[in-house]
Amino acid sequence: MRSPSWIRAAKWAALVLVLAVALLFPAFESDPATVNIAVFTVMYVGLATAWNIMGGYTGYVSLGHAAFFGFGAYAFGLVLAHLGIQAGYEPFLFVPIAGVLTVVLALVIGWIALRTRAATFVIVTIAMMFMVQLLAENLVGLTGGGSGLSFPVPPWTGDFFDTPFYYAMLVMAVVSLLLSWWIRRSKFGLGLLAIRDDEDKALAVGVPAHAYKLTAFVISAGLVGMIGAVYGYYVTYIYPQYAIDPLVGISLVLMVFLGGLGTLWGPVLGAVILEPAQLWLAYNFGASLLYLVFYAAVFLVVILLLPRGIIPSVGDLLKRIAARRAVGPSDTASTSDAHTVAGVPSP
Amino acid sequence: MTLLEVQSLSKRFGGVTAVDGCSLSLDLGSITGLIGPNGSGKTTVFNLITGFLAKDAGDVRFKGQSIAGFGPNRIYGLGIGRTFQLARIFPRLTALENMLVPVRRSGFRALVSRGQWNDERTRAMDMLAAMDIASVAGLLGGSLSYGQRKLLELAAVMMAQPQLVLLDEPAGGVNPALIERIGEHIRELNRQGVTFLLVEHNMPFVMGLCQKIVVLHRGAVLAEGTPADVRGNAAVLDAYLGS
Repeated sequence: MRSPSWIRAAKWAALVLVLAVALLFPAFESDPATVNIAVFTVMYVGLATAWNIMGGYTGYVSLGHAAFFGFGAYAFGLVLAHLGIQAGYEPFLFVPIAGVLTVVLALVIGWIALRTRAATFVIVTIAMMFMVQLLAENLVGLTGGGSGLSFPVPPWTGDFFDTPFYYAMLVMAVVSLLLSWWIRRSKFGLGLLAIRDDEDKALAVGVPAHAYKLTAFVISAGLVGMIGAVYGYYVTYIYPQYAIDPLVGISLVLMVFLGGLGTLWGPVLGAVILEPAQLWLAYNFGASLLYLVFYAAVFLVVILLLPRGIIPSVGDLLKRIAARRAVGPSDTASTSDAHTVAGVPSP
Repeated sequence: MTLLEVQSLSKRFGGVTAVDGCSLSLDLGSITGLIGPNGSGKTTVFNLITGFLAKDAGDVRFKGQSIAGFGPNRIYGLGIGRTFQLARIFPRLTALENMLVPVRRSGFRALVSRGQWNDERTRAMDMLAAMDIASVAGLLGGSLSYGQRKLLELAAVMMAQPQLVLLDEPAGGVNPALIERIGEHIRELNRQGVTFLLVEHNMPFVMGLCQKIVVLHRGAVLAEGTPADVRGNAAVLDAYLGS
């Protein structure tokens, strides 16, 4: 279905508005605590979007993406140290190197993990994540082990410190979204969706499923690794159990499920809802693990009320309202546009 | 000319020998029926030919080239399509998208460009129209009726223009009128040069459609010949009815 032109115009307007708000945010908000929340929120927008390229489009749920996040951070810290890069803006130029190194790791892990399907794949990714975490703890000569790895500390002062990181995270989020959008409308993306629906059938009609899955996995991991690199530089000090934190991997999955698995904007929505809420809880109730109770509650709500996530559910609701308002043949035989049928609004 | 040759193919699952030295050959442009009692190994033969199972012994040759050991997607790429028992389509893709998944493109740029090219879309719509299901092009596969799914599956398999199509129970579970239509579609595609091998339990349908029938029993070929030959074969009657 080609959406009516006013809907398309409204979507474009919304997109421009969101981008403008995201770009100008630090100019209007100078409270470091708030900008800090924004940095982490935009970070999760990128993470959830990158995860969705694998988990949403192909249906392979990885609970081990924290491994790539932490590996990217470690790889970045080590690259900066070995190349003797000074703190400041220059390190950001080396983020893609962390991405490339993460891609190499993801190729190896994916090659093995993608021989399994469904629940087995989930378990294998969890196991892989703990292996990476153990290696970070035990390769003391390389990673510093339990005493952590430090990054060069940027010379920026308090009020401004978060701003460059905010924009770096924003760039990563936008890159992830662009890739996600591009893949979804491509022939490659169609193959991924076919794998999600029925992998054997996809093979039977010529989709090279293994290569496709591995490519999606590697793209997803590479983006997560680059975001991890920016994170490491931002927090300036990383330890194995915080850089490779299972809860990071679970949070981003929850965000995607809340917003809408396999949709373009679902991961964004999920991250924008959940991450500020989690940080708000942390600030107001101390660094307790109360947010885990909150996450459990959200998970229950999603499973019980919105099993497909917010965007597909709301999309269905709007379609039903539209169909009721204008009953006619043109509204019932309708949905040949790939970007609207699965409840995904095209941008 | 022989298009596909199955030579002494065998497959064991643990202690059960599902396919036991099965040999058959398909002539270019023919429609061949593969029949046999339940558990005689018909679907296993399909899975061996199309790369879903690895053989234990024997060989499969397509246009003279051995394809045993190739993966399913590669075999489809060589020109052998298949459908599944109980019609498998992609439920969360539209019927049109179901048609576009099998389309072959070469090169990286073709892969990352849009999922729907205009010429492909036109071809898909033409094919859907030929199967009389153009009206459901925009609906999700999962919302189609079983008969529409059967037609969609057949139409989608044809999108990459395979030379040989293996149909697993094309007439299974559909009403007599639709069986008639499916038979017509197969005949029409056959007239255009497509070779068919089909597994089917509906005897009038198989006998009316196929030039040659191969009877499988306990994983091996029990008899083969024209429908008339096979119908009169005492061994075949024994296998079906028990002696």
